[in-house]
Formats: sequence, C-alpha cells, structure tokens
Amino acid sequence: MNRGRTQPTQIALIVTFGLFLAYSWLTGLDTGQRIGRTFASTSLAMVKLLPCAFILIALFDTWIKRETVERHFGEGSGVRGYVWGLLLAGTSVGGLYVAFPLAHSLHRKGAKLTAVFAYIGFVGVSRIPWTMFEASFMGLTFTLVRLAVSIPLVILASVVMGRVLSKRGYQIQE
Amino acid sequence: MLILYIVTLIALLASFVTSRQRTLAALKMAAKRLVAILPAFLTMLMAFSIVMSVLPDRLISQLVGGESGWRGVAIASLVGSVTLMPGFVAFPLCAALLGRGVSYMVLSAFTTTLMNVGVLTYPIERRYLGRNVTLVRNAINFAIALVVALAMGFAFREISL
Repeated sequence: MNRGRTQPTQIALIVTFGLFLAYSWLTGLDTGQRIGRTFASTSLAMVKLLPCAFILIALFDTWIKRETVERHFGEGSGVRGYVWGLLLAGTSVGGLYVAFPLAHSLHRKGAKLTAVFAYIGFVGVSRIPWTMFEASFMGLTFTLVRLAVSIPLVILASVVMGRVLSKRGYQIQE
Repeated sequence: MLILYIVTLIALLASFVTSRQRTLAALKMAAKRLVAILPAFLTMLMAFSIVMSVLPDRLISQLVGGESGWRGVAIASLVGSVTLMPGFVAFPLCAALLGRGVSYMVLSAFTTTLMNVGVLTYPIERRYLGRNVTLVRNAINFAIALVVALAMGFAFREISL
C-alpha cells in the first residue's frame, strides 16, 4: 500500500467528492445528503482517535528498538524464548511477509523452531501499532479478549508444530 | 475512549520526563505520519460512506448483521482471509460497522483472519515455509480466529449457552 505519496488522482477524487456533497446539499439530493452525513460522523470519530494512536505508536518506536530485542532472541530456552518472540513481534512493522525473512534468519542463528513459529504467530496477533489501533477503535475489552484467547493458542500450535517438524529435520528456506 | 486519552497522556508525560528531545522528535514523527496517510484515509472514508449509504441497511444486516450469527462469522472470516488491508484502514471500518449493528463476534472473525490468514500472500509464505507447513499454519490460524469469535460472543454477551 502506498502510504506516503499523494497522487493527483487522489486529490481529484477528494475534490470531486467535496463538490458532489456541496451540490447535494444545495439541491437537496437525498442520497448525497445521506452520504455526507455518514462521512461527517465517521470522520469525526476518526479525528478523535487518530492523534492518540499515532502518538502512542511514535513513542513506542522511539523508546523500543527492534535491534535490541533481536539481539536477545533465543537466549536461553524455555519461556524466555516466547517472551522475546512476543516482544520482537510487537515491534515489527508490516505484515506477515516481513516476518518470514526474519524467522528464517532467527532459525539460522540458532533459535528454537518452536520459538520461531511462535514469533510468526505473534506477528499476526500482537504487533503494537495494530493493537493500538484496535484498542482505540474497538475498545480495550475487544483487544484484551483477543490477546487472551489467541496468545495461548498460538503458543500451543507453535509447540506442537515445532516439535513435530524438528523431528523431521525441517528447515525454513531462504 | 477516555482510557485512550489517559494512557496517551501518561505515556507522553513519562517520555517527556525521561527525554524532552526524544519526545519532541516522536511527536514530530507522529504528526508527519498522520499527515502522510490523511489522503489515503479520506479516500477510504469516502468509499465507505458511499457504500454504506447506497447499500440498503437490510442487506448489510442480512449478511453480517446482528442476526446473521455463525453465517456472518463465516462470511467475515472468509473475507478477512482473502483481503489485505492495513490496520489504520481496517479498524475505522470495523468501528463504523459496529455502529451499524454488526456484532463484535463477526468483526473479530474479520480482523483476526485479516491478520493471520493469508490467501493472497500464499506464494510468499510457501517460499519460506514450504507448501505443507504453509497450509497447516493457515488452517490453524483460521481455526484460532473462530475460537476468538466464539470468545467475543461470550465476552460481549452476543451469544449465551
């Protein structure tokens, strides 16, 4: 997705939309007015939430460096591997497709297969920016329920998959 | 909503006390990112309000509305599996749908599969994990999304035993 650049077509679209709303308002076009009301109320809800979400994400990026977490990953065994996996996943940006190359390099550096699978699972479950957006828009209860249910299930699935595949000599490919 | 403001304020204060400079840099970064995505955001809002105003309410509620139950969950999780969407688009959309009476259950099925099940990213995933592991991983995550939906149903009292 192209986040940064504003395209001319996008500006044209926005202007056309604005003109259409103005026209509907002036002539009393029913559909246009309905669109305008939906647009206004939804926009207002976003304006209230977006600044907070972006400030929190920026603070997180500033204070928690991914490299630091990565360096500690896989140190020792047992539960700590999962905790680091969770932290590492939390700090990752982009979707799963970013997680696979990193999972490969972690595995090559000697991280346990179970912990690597847990990391991949956590990327889908607990990325911080995503979670912050979620909590802002859907409420804290929604986020907490989702995390409480999916984190144990991700760990369970990773342990089973990791153990079975380790026995078969499975390797993550480059 | 209020909690969000309080958390943001506390985080900002803590950060500010630790380092004034880094906090200001972070604020600048936040502002820059926000401005950068605004056009994409407006476009999304426009599309959303057009679709929502043109589609009859009855159709939406029939497909994924409060009464749709497990069929709604099934539709939402299939849609979530095959679409790719950044979080800053997905959650505002969900919040708006929530306002239209779509249940937390259905929305959680959508967001969870959106994040964890990748039909479109299958070729990339297969390259790293191999075909079998990719299929198993996606199947497991689809199942997890259904369990999450079930839990949401209980948590928000949308279903009961």
